[in-house]
Amino acid sequence: MTELPLIGEAPVAADSRLDGAKIGVVTFPGTLDDRDAARAVRLAGGTAVALWHADTELADVDAVVIPGGFSYGDYLRAGAISRFAPLMSKIIDAANSDAKLPVLGICNGFQILTESHLLPGSMIKNDHLKFLCRDQVLRVENNTTAWTADYEAGQEILVPLKNQDGQYIADEKTLDALEAEGRVVFRYVGFNPNGSRRDIAGITNAAGNVVGLMPHPEHAVEPGFGPESNAGTDGLGFFTSVLNKIVGGAK
Amino acid sequence: MPRIVVDVMPKPEILDPQGKAIVGALPRLGFTGFSAVRQGKRFELTVDGEVTDAILAQAREAAETLLSNPVIEDVVNVEVVEA
Repeated sequence: MTELPLIGEAPVAADSRLDGAKIGVVTFPGTLDDRDAARAVRLAGGTAVALWHADTELADVDAVVIPGGFSYGDYLRAGAISRFAPLMSKIIDAANSDAKLPVLGICNGFQILTESHLLPGSMIKNDHLKFLCRDQVLRVENNTTAWTADYEAGQEILVPLKNQDGQYIADEKTLDALEAEGRVVFRYVGFNPNGSRRDIAGITNAAGNVVGLMPHPEHAVEPGFGPESNAGTDGLGFFTSVLNKIVGGAK
Repeated sequence: MPRIVVDVMPKPEILDPQGKAIVGALPRLGFTGFSAVRQGKRFELTVDGEVTDAILAQAREAAETLLSNPVIEDVVNVEVVEA
């Protein structure tokens, strides 16, 4: 299914190889950004498959996006209740399996992935205690993951950031290990918007198939919506990266 | 009916942003005797009937798996309170 941008040209040329590539987008009660994530998948040339948190089987998908929002109203801790949804146990198994299902957690999705122990550390309230929404520059520190291969190492990208509980924390030993193993995927540049340790905006698991980050690449996938006239598509690389991996792989 | 009370606190080494905001507000109201505040959570689990060892063990397990996140929080107390 082809999705056209609201203004401007299609950001990605149609590619028939992508016709069968399906990316699941999970909706929990309180998820906000599932529609934008699905639209980002389509603008990148793939097919988005809606997944429901209460599903007991994982549909036939090649990758999964856990989008942002406030699942269960952030009650208890952000992501803490969603982590025990029936579909999450299937996603956890698939991410840890030999097939290494690519999983991307954005914002609340990142929080769900840390609560699920697919990614280390946790998020607590922003150090300044306020909800913050801004255009945020990130540096791509690792372009070898399933979700970042279309970026250059060291490339700086501009995507929206919007969160209340975005302060990434982990103990020093875990942080040192993440750095040593190259598992810091994104770092905040110029301004640390939430007090995250070592300016960390996103991380990956050891296998590189699971990536979580607080900022929102799915809101930066079509031209005309960024702060500069030609900006606005810096987030598209997440979705083209995983689609290229899917069609380049064994499928 | 008896309740099992579970108290969860942020780990000591983790800066508690909410507690920090509260300690800043206290002196503005004239409460000048406090140098630090840490904010935690109290859960009350109501039990229909007697609190057996098995139920208490369930509460402890729930406290460690769902009610707290061991990366950032400690379960500091689990106790039975009769109604």
